[in-house]
Amino acid sequence: MSKIKSNRLKDNAFKYFGIFCTFIGLVMLAIFIGNILIEGLGRIDYDFLTNLPSRKAAKAGILTAWTGTAWILGLTAIIAIPLGVAAGVYLEEYGKKNRLASIVEINIANLAGVPSIIYGLLGLEIFVRILNFGGSLLAGAFTLALLILPIIIVATREALKAVPDSLRQASYGMGATKWQTIQYQILPAASGGILTGIILALSRAIGETAPLIVIGALAYVPFVAKTPMDEFTVLPMQIFNWVSRPQHEFVINAAAGIIILLLITFILNGIAVYLRNKWQKKVNW
Amino acid sequence: MRKTKEKIIEALLSFSGLITILTTIGIIWVLASESFSFFREVSLIDFLTDTEWTPLFTQKHYGILPLLSGTFLVTMIAVMVAMPIGLSIAIYLSDYAHRKFRDTVKPMLEVLAAVPTVVYGFFALTVVTPFLQNIIPGLGSFNALSAGIVMGIMIIPMVSSLSEDALRALPKSLREASFGMGATRFQTAFKVAVPAASSGIVVSIILAFARAIGETMIVAIAAGQQPILTMDPRDAVETITAYIVQVSLGDVQHGSLEYKTIFAAGITLFVFTFILNNISFWVKKRYQEKYE
Repeated sequence: MSKIKSNRLKDNAFKYFGIFCTFIGLVMLAIFIGNILIEGLGRIDYDFLTNLPSRKAAKAGILTAWTGTAWILGLTAIIAIPLGVAAGVYLEEYGKKNRLASIVEINIANLAGVPSIIYGLLGLEIFVRILNFGGSLLAGAFTLALLILPIIIVATREALKAVPDSLRQASYGMGATKWQTIQYQILPAASGGILTGIILALSRAIGETAPLIVIGALAYVPFVAKTPMDEFTVLPMQIFNWVSRPQHEFVINAAAGIIILLLITFILNGIAVYLRNKWQKKVNW
Repeated sequence: MRKTKEKIIEALLSFSGLITILTTIGIIWVLASESFSFFREVSLIDFLTDTEWTPLFTQKHYGILPLLSGTFLVTMIAVMVAMPIGLSIAIYLSDYAHRKFRDTVKPMLEVLAAVPTVVYGFFALTVVTPFLQNIIPGLGSFNALSAGIVMGIMIIPMVSSLSEDALRALPKSLREASFGMGATRFQTAFKVAVPAASSGIVVSIILAFARAIGETMIVAIAAGQQPILTMDPRDAVETITAYIVQVSLGDVQHGSLEYKTIFAAGITLFVFTFILNNISFWVKKRYQEKYE
């Protein structure tokens, strides 16, 4: 009898331990976000968003940082989306059984595991030095595009996999070519899933700091970038720079910058989750 | 006409696939060529056995061991935090929780992985370190412990989500057989489900290791910049990634030996993550049990 009791006890004990573990991470996150809001919320005003960086904490703003982040977001999207979607379509629809496709597949799994700072070293040598882009927006965007390419490819493949074969057969039966089938039937049907993957990948890109430090993005840029060849800074760089200073006023600035960065990240992730749910509900094959 | 168009499109698409292979070749070529010229000036034996790493000082030593010990110290702390918590979450969600609860909590946990790492670095430096200083007297403002704990929190969803997938992929009959024998949920989870899903769980832990080794911003902000050979979590340490950041922030001449050190450090990092990733592929393939 006591054996049964102790088994029941263990069973229940783990239940509460499991609940505790599930929430401990979330509670830490909540404490942390609360802490940041208390520190930084009062610092955010119109001037903070429109001021140039400054050596004086009270006058410093994030204008160059958020415009840099916007530039990077746009350029990275232009480079990574067509390449990633095209590669995903090729792997899923064309090269299912050939050798090249299987090599590419193993390779993508490996690339997804390469630390982001290594992409920085690649960008430094290829884009900054050999192609001579310097520490420009273009070099940063190319580096981040390579970094998020595996995410977009994998998401595209998953979305295409979910499209049933009957759709393809029906299209072929109407006399459509392979590309016509993909362009008019498969891609529209998979667009929700692909879009979700793209947004998650881009949200990853704007949070990255390490590869941009390596390619030589600057912490102090006193002007707003006008062309892709300009030097730049981004929000995470600006936050890193402020965190590294000993004065408390700069820590407050960093907290305020983090609020803006988290806002962008959460909005992007929220859109992605919304699209995923909507898409999953709609599809009834 | 239509046929040529189809061919051209297929060629364009396959070219995009090739870009990913070119990326890998590019990474290996860049790391290998710069490291090669580094090892013409510094002997490989010194690199692997010297216990000091001081390329930026006048008295120069090029031993990677202090950077490796720093990297592994922080990584171990992170995995020791993430593994028990992540696994408990996975077991709880797969074997105890209601479906509805699981479906709400899982995306919430994913938020932990979506937060930019520079934000975690801020958290480690301004919240966790001051808190730990209350408990451990004399703890410096930069230390491996705080960075490791925060990194552990960051990789919890990685362990929990992959392990939970593995646990949930088990056929219903396994658990039903165990319940039929009168086992509790606890016994079923630990004596039947976890052993049966062990390959997936091992994979999730290996991938968590690989992620922690390559993590940069948390350690660059909170762990310090002292490359010392130590296993004391209270010490300030420098990881491989933090060293690359330190050099990149400074003004180092292209082509100088200091410049090449970041590629030598980078190739060391790459080798470790590459090996870990491939072990995980191998485990997944070799030990995945097939249930009908």
